[in-house]
Amino acid sequence: MISIDSSARELMNKDGLNSFPDECCGFFFGEEDGLGNRKITDVLVVNNAKEGDKRRRFEISAKDYLKGEQYALEKELQFLGVYHSHPNHPAIPSEHDRVAAQPYFSYIIISVLSNQTTHMRSWRLNDSFQFEEEEIDTGIFQNQ
Amino acid sequence: MATVIIPTPLRKFTNNTAKIDIHAGTIEETVNELTVNFPDLRKHLLDEKGQIRSFINIFVGESDIRDLQQEKTSVKTDTLISIVPAIAGGNLKI
Repeated sequence: MISIDSSARELMNKDGLNSFPDECCGFFFGEEDGLGNRKITDVLVVNNAKEGDKRRRFEISAKDYLKGEQYALEKELQFLGVYHSHPNHPAIPSEHDRVAAQPYFSYIIISVLSNQTTHMRSWRLNDSFQFEEEEIDTGIFQNQ
Repeated sequence: MATVIIPTPLRKFTNNTAKIDIHAGTIEETVNELTVNFPDLRKHLLDEKGQIRSFINIFVGESDIRDLQQEKTSVKTDTLISIVPAIAGGNLKI
């Protein structure tokens, strides 16, 4: 289960909308309890460094990745994962997402449609390198 | 001893250790020692052919080893080695 503070959710959605029709990307941080439940409190928006078609691909530079590690260290938060958007496509990971994915990280995908609506889902690699969906706690975000 | 910085997603394979001191003369020896000491790291660092996975970057100081001598890049006792996962993806099918 993963829960997302409203400010963090708003930042990710806004990044998806502002970047449309390109893919946006960034990192998120927070806490994890002993049962593996995660709570996202902070978001770091970074540049989509992909050269070429940013509408279908994203890439984060090594320099920006290290900013993410530094952010977690300075704020004393856990570095929990990566978000990106799928403009005009569902919030389901592609094969390219899976091949490039790292263990432990949650991967939030924001589906952004041309009518400016968004839908968010979260995924995590299992031990067989396959994505499994993580339930997003929507109870505290009833207006989303 | 060279020091290796382990990125967050791989720390669960190193007993949550972020910095590891290694006795090695090259990056290849560094990776070998890491995978011997932490066998679960192997499949996340190396592909089936034993090569460093394409989605793993290794930096010596601030230089990517791809711009140096790849796995043969030498390391010294005061070298800081960073393992940096490549973060990429997107909706395009491969």
